[in-house]
Amino acid sequence: MKLSALQQSYTNRRSNSFRAAGGLDSSVDGSGKSPAAVFWLVLHGLCCLISLVLGFRFSRLVFFLFFSTASNGGTSGLYPSTPFLGTTADIAGSLSFQANSSPNLELPPNRTAGGISSSRVVVGRHGIRIRPWPHPNPDEVMKAHRIIERVQREQKLQFGIKNPRTVIVVTPTYVRTFQTLHLTGLMHSLMNVPYDLIWIVVEAGGTTNETASLLAKSGLRTIHIGFDKRMPNSWEDRHRLEAQMRLRALRIVREEKLDGIVMFGDDSNMHSMELFDEIQKVTWIGAVSVGILAHSGNTDELSSVVHKKAEEENLPPPVQGPACNSSEKLVGWHIFNSLPYVGNGATYIDDRATVLPRKLEWSGFVLNSRLLWKEAEDRPEWVKDLDKLDGVSEEIESPLSLLKDPSMVEPLGSCGRKVLLWWLRVEARTDSKFPARLVF
Amino acid sequence: MGVWIWVLVFGFVWGIGAHGLDRHPHTERISGSAGDVLEDDPVGKLKVFVYELPSKYNKKILQKDPRCLNHMFAAEIFMHRFLLSSPVRTLNPEEADWFYTPIYTTCDLTPNGLPLPFKSPRMMRSAIQLISSNWPYWNRTEGADHFFVVPHDFGACFHYQEEKAIERGILPLLQRATLVQTFGQRNHVCLNEGSITIPPYAPPQKMQAHLIPQETPRSIFVYFRGLFYDVNNDPEGGYYARGARAAVWENFKDNPLFDISTEHPTTYYEDMQRAIFCLCPLGWAPWSPRLVEAVIFGCIPVIIADDIVLPFADAIPWEEIGVFVAEEDVPNLDTILTSIPPEVILRKQRLLANPSMKQAMLFPQPAQSGDAFHQILNGLARKLPHNKNVFLKHGEKALNWTAGPVGDLKPW
Repeated sequence: MKLSALQQSYTNRRSNSFRAAGGLDSSVDGSGKSPAAVFWLVLHGLCCLISLVLGFRFSRLVFFLFFSTASNGGTSGLYPSTPFLGTTADIAGSLSFQANSSPNLELPPNRTAGGISSSRVVVGRHGIRIRPWPHPNPDEVMKAHRIIERVQREQKLQFGIKNPRTVIVVTPTYVRTFQTLHLTGLMHSLMNVPYDLIWIVVEAGGTTNETASLLAKSGLRTIHIGFDKRMPNSWEDRHRLEAQMRLRALRIVREEKLDGIVMFGDDSNMHSMELFDEIQKVTWIGAVSVGILAHSGNTDELSSVVHKKAEEENLPPPVQGPACNSSEKLVGWHIFNSLPYVGNGATYIDDRATVLPRKLEWSGFVLNSRLLWKEAEDRPEWVKDLDKLDGVSEEIESPLSLLKDPSMVEPLGSCGRKVLLWWLRVEARTDSKFPARLVF
Repeated sequence: MGVWIWVLVFGFVWGIGAHGLDRHPHTERISGSAGDVLEDDPVGKLKVFVYELPSKYNKKILQKDPRCLNHMFAAEIFMHRFLLSSPVRTLNPEEADWFYTPIYTTCDLTPNGLPLPFKSPRMMRSAIQLISSNWPYWNRTEGADHFFVVPHDFGACFHYQEEKAIERGILPLLQRATLVQTFGQRNHVCLNEGSITIPPYAPPQKMQAHLIPQETPRSIFVYFRGLFYDVNNDPEGGYYARGARAAVWENFKDNPLFDISTEHPTTYYEDMQRAIFCLCPLGWAPWSPRLVEAVIFGCIPVIIADDIVLPFADAIPWEEIGVFVAEEDVPNLDTILTSIPPEVILRKQRLLANPSMKQAMLFPQPAQSGDAFHQILNGLARKLPHNKNVFLKHGEKALNWTAGPVGDLKPW
């Protein structure tokens, strides 16, 4: 609230220095005005010279030496921050001014109108208190984190989902070099989910001990089943097989009558925790936006040309998901634009080209498990029965094939504007020198 | 038989009471010193007469500089507008309990937007001379049933520098009047007994526009944005904020729990809603709009200002809502804050979530029930009926019209 009042404070201090108030002045008053004035002038000049020589404001040293012991008792913490950086040499003025104001116990501010009891709080210069070790204390930090966690838990109780449903995660996987990497990442995400979880892992090539031991570390409720075919080498066939594996898992949901929300968690994707809160809002079938990180890990000329073009046009990273109109109704789909990559996409695992996602990834959809049951009371009519699909006669590209009416999908994540998970397929070469799985 | 009827009645009443508690599961009712004072309705409890001053005291000043409607001292203008159309206003001064003088003393702004208080004493004096000569009501009480809104730094001391303000003291002519001001510090010259402390003006629409969903988790432990050293006026520190803000910086600048800096982020309001504690240290004056912002956004205010008197202190139990830290304890701020038990913190958050608490800090246009305008009227109503010595006997004079610095006596 101050104006740039350096001038004003300067004149203020000067006027105060000649005001008769406080101990230092009173002794000089009796002998008359001019000797006092001369005395102060001489003192002022002397202090100016001393501070010129020493290079700092001399009066502060005197002030702190003589008066700091008198003021407030806890001086263990009293360290001035920048004590000796003065530039002006208004020494005598500042000296007497500080003498007037600092020892708060000896000189109560008697400028106040009479009758008001003197305040404990004094106007004037105060020291800047710094404790001897002004750095964070790890115990305090831990306590603070516990407080934060408690507050957030309370917030979740009050404003979060009232009746959370079980999350059923469907993951197709197979043994390979990067399986530990991908699966551990997914596992840790799932272990952090605050809701009940059932994890259905379908493994191509039959169940293996390696995968089983990995899953056992999670402590989650897992259903580990094997799928008889082996993972083929071309991306096209892989996608087809994974679709069949997912259907297998959906049949398990149907047989066991698992109740909850089915989401497709591919082991190579990255999920945000908000995703699991958002999918609780689904009624029958919902869609979320998936961010696509399509890249090739090499400096192939063709692919880098594509990337440079994309960067020049300043394109945001591509996102797959529901598209809404202004009244928040689903009107269409954003799909991955594979035109720049036509002819350059990877066909085989070892290709040094960009791995492309499908038009609509499975992981962008969530289903209410009751859609899959044989007899559910309030199942809507626009859903096909699972038994009629076997994935062989017709292509199951995405969960939309389960529906007769694809417009009944609910857009989630503020109508697809929030990207809640990221797609990225990074796989090691099949002839990689590592063993079948990484050993940590 | 009669016993059973009483048991039934008792059970019925108790059921209603319990049901009333259940209405707000995550807010708690604030019980002030006199019950739920915040929700009192002042209409019918008092009558206010608004003097008709020439427009050079209010409208013309506002026309010259419309910025006065948005800064933190805008309460004086909005209070005038509220009273003009309020049901407590009476056009008959004989039945009025309180008299209001619409004068905008804090509207003489520099190009930067800071108000200059140098002409305010003369303006106030000239206004009082006007009302005392045109109406008999000032002279019969020498102002004891009049109230004035003086929202400047140090209230009716009319100066921004504390030493100067203390020297001047409250304008002698206002010694008997009730002052509605933002400044409040115990045992200070510029706070009269019986003054009503109000919150500084904060724009309600702007704050409403920046609300984020309630379920966003609060992940910042302590939040503060503002100056630590006033480089223009007090570069070495020690004067500004009595060294308290500088102490906060020096002790906690590398502490990850403290999100403190001098930046002006565009997400300031959103960040406050993601913080558990918001620091409200003193600056050149002890009060600050941060308190209002913290209350609106549900962040527990940590008040570092010795002897401060907070707004509506007789109606709001600030001790239970905020955390008070003495200026000398600032180096131990982290210990103090982490040693508060979580149940206490949750309780404070529940009290802050109470909508009547948030309403009491705001000056919405148009006025709504329970807002700061109504709390001011409640405060005035609580001072009624007037004491007998308010009315002066014939010929008795209590005020000294020539007291004060010579410059103040010049006409405005």
